[in-house]
Amino acid sequence: MTTVTATETATRAPSVGTARTRVEGVEKVTGAARYAGEIPFTDLAHGWLALSTVARGRISALGTDAVLAMPGVLAVLDHRNALRLNTDFPSLLGMRPDPTCAVFQHDQVPHVGWPVALVVAETSEQAREAAESLVVHYEPEPHTTDFTAETPDAYALDGVMPALTEKGDIEAELAASAVVLDAEYTTPEEHHNPMEPHAATAVWDEDRLEVVDSNQGATWVGGDLANFFSLDPAAVRVRSEHVGGGFGSKGVRAHQVAAAMAARVLGRPVRVVMTRRQMFTLAGHRSPTVQRIRLGADAEGRLRALEHRALSHTSTVHEFVEPSAGVARVMYDADAHRTENRVVRLDVPSPTFMRAPGEAPGSFALESALDELAVACGLDPIELRLRNDAERGPVSGLPFAGRRLADCFREGARRFGWADRDPRPGTRRDGRWLLGTGTAAASFQAGAAPSTATATAHPDGTFTVRIAAADIGTGARTALTLVAADALGVAPERVRVRIGDSAFGPAMIAGGSMGTRSWSWAVTIAAEELRERLALGADIPAEGITVRSDTTAAIGALAAAERHSFGAQFAEVAVDVGTGEVRVRRMLGIFAAGRIINPLTARSQFLGGMTWGISMALHEEALRDRASGGLVGADLAGYHVATHADVPRIEADWIEDPDPDDPVGIKGIGEIGIVGAAAAIANAVWHATGARHRDLPISPDRVLTAGAPDA
Amino acid sequence: MREFDYRRAGDVAGAVALLGADPDTRYLGGGTNLVDLMKTGVERPTRLIDIRELPLDRVESTRDGGLRIGATVTNADLAAHPEVRRRYPALAQAVLAGASGQLRNMATVGGNLLQRTRCGYFTDVTQPCNKRIPGSGCPAVEGEHHNHAILGASEHCVAVHPSDMAVPLTAFDAVVHYETADGPGELPLTEFYLPVGGTPHLETALPAGALITAVVLPPAPVAARSRYRKVRERASYAFAIGSLAAALDIGDGVVREARLALGAVASRPWRARAAEEVLTGAPAVPETYAAAAEAELAAARPLPHNGYKVALMRNLVVAVLTELAEEAAR
Repeated sequence: MTTVTATETATRAPSVGTARTRVEGVEKVTGAARYAGEIPFTDLAHGWLALSTVARGRISALGTDAVLAMPGVLAVLDHRNALRLNTDFPSLLGMRPDPTCAVFQHDQVPHVGWPVALVVAETSEQAREAAESLVVHYEPEPHTTDFTAETPDAYALDGVMPALTEKGDIEAELAASAVVLDAEYTTPEEHHNPMEPHAATAVWDEDRLEVVDSNQGATWVGGDLANFFSLDPAAVRVRSEHVGGGFGSKGVRAHQVAAAMAARVLGRPVRVVMTRRQMFTLAGHRSPTVQRIRLGADAEGRLRALEHRALSHTSTVHEFVEPSAGVARVMYDADAHRTENRVVRLDVPSPTFMRAPGEAPGSFALESALDELAVACGLDPIELRLRNDAERGPVSGLPFAGRRLADCFREGARRFGWADRDPRPGTRRDGRWLLGTGTAAASFQAGAAPSTATATAHPDGTFTVRIAAADIGTGARTALTLVAADALGVAPERVRVRIGDSAFGPAMIAGGSMGTRSWSWAVTIAAEELRERLALGADIPAEGITVRSDTTAAIGALAAAERHSFGAQFAEVAVDVGTGEVRVRRMLGIFAAGRIINPLTARSQFLGGMTWGISMALHEEALRDRASGGLVGADLAGYHVATHADVPRIEADWIEDPDPDDPVGIKGIGEIGIVGAAAAIANAVWHATGARHRDLPISPDRVLTAGAPDA
Repeated sequence: MREFDYRRAGDVAGAVALLGADPDTRYLGGGTNLVDLMKTGVERPTRLIDIRELPLDRVESTRDGGLRIGATVTNADLAAHPEVRRRYPALAQAVLAGASGQLRNMATVGGNLLQRTRCGYFTDVTQPCNKRIPGSGCPAVEGEHHNHAILGASEHCVAVHPSDMAVPLTAFDAVVHYETADGPGELPLTEFYLPVGGTPHLETALPAGALITAVVLPPAPVAARSRYRKVRERASYAFAIGSLAAALDIGDGVVREARLALGAVASRPWRARAAEEVLTGAPAVPETYAAAAEAELAAARPLPHNGYKVALMRNLVVAVLTELAEEAAR
């Protein structure tokens, strides 16, 4: 038996804030870390989803008999024989679950790529062969996937925020403004495309369901599965040890439900893995947006009117709104201020949360518009933003719990060399390349959600922390190790953090840039209480001493405030207007985003977000075919993201900004890196060429069509 | 994935005999395109004949000063070959502009010529496509065709050939050598790819069962000053939206000889003979280059969403020829 006292820790320097490689890094780079689709199971059967090839209609016949006769085929599940599911329950954020996940409940087809059957076979190859051979007859109906600003069927929709906010008289303020901007911006349909495809294996033991999965929240997925199958939540266990990226796509999806259904029928483990192509319809996406922005300013550039109206699409079976106009509610105040998020229902797959939902497309429009206004006012774009830096929430009127936007711009401008910038567009050349620089502001909500954790002291002087957190590649496991070590007052090497298991109790998902903050809070409380308990000098029994925490009450007691991270993005681009090529030459992001736990992985988070910004600005675009209603080139050859060669010298850094109301000082860094990045690049393209690009991506055809600089 | 039979050929005659007249058998080179297409169900061979161990992996000088490139030479080896880099630099540049290091280590010269279009309708078996299913229609004409053909297409197919390598080979009058059960044969690359017309599923003039054994480059002193420029949506690992292989010989301010081929504008690498005619004997000035581009692109028939390619190719011809002329003047 060992007695651990706090005296060891009196002089220990904090681990939080020191650069640490990932605790599971060696496992990952040596291949020892197993991902959901490669964990062995005895007697495993493989399911393969068959997806609809029509965009609207009903299934009239399925050639199941021929498929059942194929080698190795064990079962075919479809709407005629599938288990009935309960779909009437609140899922994440109180939203109803996406019906795309409630597979095989009826014969209706609401979009291309809708799951129509699951073929289960002894091997994955047999299942795929059989699923691709399955003949499905449809009674097709006319469909529409056209997404345009002119749609008469759009309606305002509350999502995670109210659809509408309004104060003052927009028209009157615009009429009284010295400078007015009225412009429309568009962003295309975008897809998450994490490296690791979605994969789940389901096993039943009597009425207990166990799922090995790759997801962003084991408790969330477990809870939804319990609801779908009408089980006691305690009867479902979901594990998700390693996750090769999620970006919002890895919640409850068709594959887990289908696997659980098939495992129930067959009485053996069943695995369902999505192909890359299937992910384009089953994993959600970011809706395209059309955004109209009207700005009115006085002669000094102070905003009198700000209107941001955003339109996105959703499917006919699920309501999800991309809240692009929300960013204006945080960034800039004006005497008249109006924001609106609307959706139109189309015969498309259901969109969902994708890294910086709302802020990513919204900041492209708003921060491009600010740049245009700066030009119209003859003001430096940073100066314009500083003059309009909001003192209180423009809509809420609440104080900001930290808003160091101006400091981010000043530090960024200094390091980027902004002071030397000639504001005139189209005047710098390097061979065939026109050069330009641009900037944009960034913000993302900072929040915490209730979580539970346990901390256990072992007799050998080590500790185990358990929390149903998800490390989706962010380094969360390592961050939590550092947080727990500091709260326990010990070296991180003595702390084991176990995550990704719904048996550990409710916890926030890896989402909303809230994961690490929410989990760290719960871990800190549990660890501090354990430390206090040990300080009393108790002997540690073989099973250890365990303390459990629940942050529900503490988070509920937080005072109302505008809580956000902020940042300033800078980009330099080179544009060949003769070929339409745009290449980013360097980027800098300076962020005020709370206390940074692990500088090594935090920097990667920011750089990853900024790299997403390059992709969003220049490459990403899912192309929807009008005739079929499906995507064209739904793979990574057709859907481009930045390659290494597209990612130039990027720097990300941060300024001190601890959250005063968080036990660790965290705000959250998962998403802000992408916010404003595309606008900074688009603004740089304007500076290079004199051509304003209001439609993403800024592809060669658009650059060629926009032509050479006027200057 | 369908089960298939796999055989490894030891010599050329054996490979040809193994394939025989079976339309469902394919030669397997690097597999960098064929295997992908088998995974997606576009290709469904019942048998593969692996030809990677055939003795066709050499690049050799020919007696007349050209180069003979074996069919199983990898893209990586081709691009690195000193004689290729010295005598036909545009060819090395084109190969290096394609794919990735890993793919170039696997991909072979013969397979490169026979790779299939990356048209998104062709690669999606749930869509109609006249190349995959003759007579099923071409949805690209009315649908997504940003990167489709502006030259030589038909209402039946507007797909482009994806090869970078084949563009300079076309400019330099390469000849494809092949073997059949009835003996060897050869085809100039300019006649290797069939016009689209009403039969887009018939892509090459190779006889059934033929195995490409080599690509022979005739001597072309003009190619020593040549360049390949590839325009694509990102800096690496993407197919061209337009490319140009060009060689220029200038004397006394006049173009003595010019070779031009355009990539990603047609169902085959597009030899720009009209442009070459304008260039030959004309003053080596940008106006000449623009006139040459206009002459070639007069035949362009862009679709609603790929008209930008006409401007792109015009600009590319002027820019690359200007660079080559400046290089010559130095």
